[in-house]
Amino acid sequence: MRIVIIDDSGARATVLEEGLRDAGYDDIHVVPPRGAFVARLERMAPDVVLMDLGNPSRDALEEMLIVSRALARPIAMFVDQSDDGMIGAAIDAGVSAYVVDGLRKERVKPILDLAIRRFNAFARMQAELDEARTQLADRKTIDRAKAILMATRGLSEPDAYALLRSTAMNQGRKIVDVAAALITASDLLGGTP
Amino acid sequence: MTPIRIAFLGLTDAAVLIAARERGFAGAQDIALDLVRDTSWATLRDRLVYGQVQAAHMLAPLAVAVTLGLSQQPAALAAPYKLNVNGNLLVMAPDFAAALEPEPAARLNDPLATAHDFAAAIGLHHRKPIIGVVHRFSSHALILRYWLASAGIEPDRDVILRVLPPSLMVEAMHSKEIDGFTAGEPWGSAAIAAGLAEAVAAGERIWRRGVEKVLTFRQDWLESNPDLVDRLLRALAQAAVWCDDPANRAELAALLARQDYVDQPAELIERALMGRIAARAGEPPVDLLDFLLFAREATAFPWQSQALWIYSQFVRWGMVEPGADAQARAAAVFRPDIYRRALADSDTPMPGASMKVEGAVAAPLAIGAQRGSITLGPDRFFDGRAFDPDRIADYVASFEVPR
Repeated sequence: MRIVIIDDSGARATVLEEGLRDAGYDDIHVVPPRGAFVARLERMAPDVVLMDLGNPSRDALEEMLIVSRALARPIAMFVDQSDDGMIGAAIDAGVSAYVVDGLRKERVKPILDLAIRRFNAFARMQAELDEARTQLADRKTIDRAKAILMATRGLSEPDAYALLRSTAMNQGRKIVDVAAALITASDLLGGTP
Repeated sequence: MTPIRIAFLGLTDAAVLIAARERGFAGAQDIALDLVRDTSWATLRDRLVYGQVQAAHMLAPLAVAVTLGLSQQPAALAAPYKLNVNGNLLVMAPDFAAALEPEPAARLNDPLATAHDFAAAIGLHHRKPIIGVVHRFSSHALILRYWLASAGIEPDRDVILRVLPPSLMVEAMHSKEIDGFTAGEPWGSAAIAAGLAEAVAAGERIWRRGVEKVLTFRQDWLESNPDLVDRLLRALAQAAVWCDDPANRAELAALLARQDYVDQPAELIERALMGRIAARAGEPPVDLLDFLLFAREATAFPWQSQALWIYSQFVRWGMVEPGADAQARAAAVFRPDIYRRALADSDTPMPGASMKVEGAVAAPLAIGAQRGSITLGPDRFFDGRAFDPDRIADYVASFEVPR
């Protein structure tokens, strides 16, 4: 069974491809949706095409599926509509799957289940990464504010932090917001970084 | 507040939905309007069909196609409200456009002559021109086919129509993947401003009142939520009047320009809103005052004859097998009954009929209204044909399809 993954985010395609290989599928191709990818896909004659539901190239792909004379059997999204639950889970996970007509449901289901799990895992990873990035940026802001307090008021580092924290608590704001306000004010007053 | 999620594409003609949310019209009807932006029509369609959203800013032909089972999973869709009329622009790369009438106003105002010039330009081009269209089942594609065929150009043979979402058109022009495209604004103006293209034809000059985006629901959801649908339509009718008011254009353009909506400069967005289209970078604009309509002339009323015009074009291009059943289902996508119910107690003018002959109005015409007064603007097709919904087979047969 030939599976094509259309994806331009290398990371997600890798996560999905690894999963499929671990599950015993070996005819897997990753195609980035650029240039003449539709013609390339047409030549590959895949049984299943997996891609992100929001991928902007889906309109072009569907047009090819309508007009192609090269494809022996029609391909459509979720050929078997009987499993509402699975389709719902796929849409929620952001998976769109184009499946060749006549492929038995039992053969498609494990692929789709796997794609759903991997897409969800990837989305979680992405969210954690975003959170880590935000935390890092917050810490840098707080460090700068501490440095300003240490330089202008002669405080030690723990005291500078304690002052930021108590100010934030008194005003019902986040420490990072107080820190950002302090930096802005200091910049406006021509202070040192 | 009742929450409702509506999917849209980043286009100037999503204005009524965006204004309904941002200017408080939805809130006044006790609706918390959540707008979900998509990039491609396939994604928007799937969100609607599989229930991730309750409604969508949809190409009218796509709503008909999904209902007829022509675009992936078939689903009965219902469009009780037209979000706009007109608004599309065909642009081509300067090297191709060099073979056309050079004076922009003359070129845009005489689509018949320009179509024949275009046929000649295809012969002069070094290969078949590749024209980007936003979807097979888009008003853009249907109008482009109509216009090309009038000059004897066979769209499936003499040019290559390549499907691309509107927001990717400018990049595709830049990388020379396409020689031109037809899309909703601001994307034509964006390509023109970047010096990548010139305006070649305006939808408004091909069919002066062309059906475009419709607010689309799943039919079953529409039927089981009458109160919410009515409140939403009332909010949209007020938002549309606000959008059409020249006094609000600058504010509307600034609103649409936001990163979470169209994400393009307000100055570009304003061109379509004002009907002042710069056909080439740096040149004074051409006045096309009916370039994009939201409210006046009962724009939002879903004339069933317009759903049937779409059907007639599907038949013409072999996209659907003609049949009484398909024809009835296509007409039933447009829901004037819901429009009448929702806006019954408002001051929105209400047409008396639900069908009309399309393309028959040459000069502003007052028509029968149940309430208020309605003057229809000219709605002619540039070739002078009229579409009588009672004589669809004759209409389709009247086109000499060059095959």
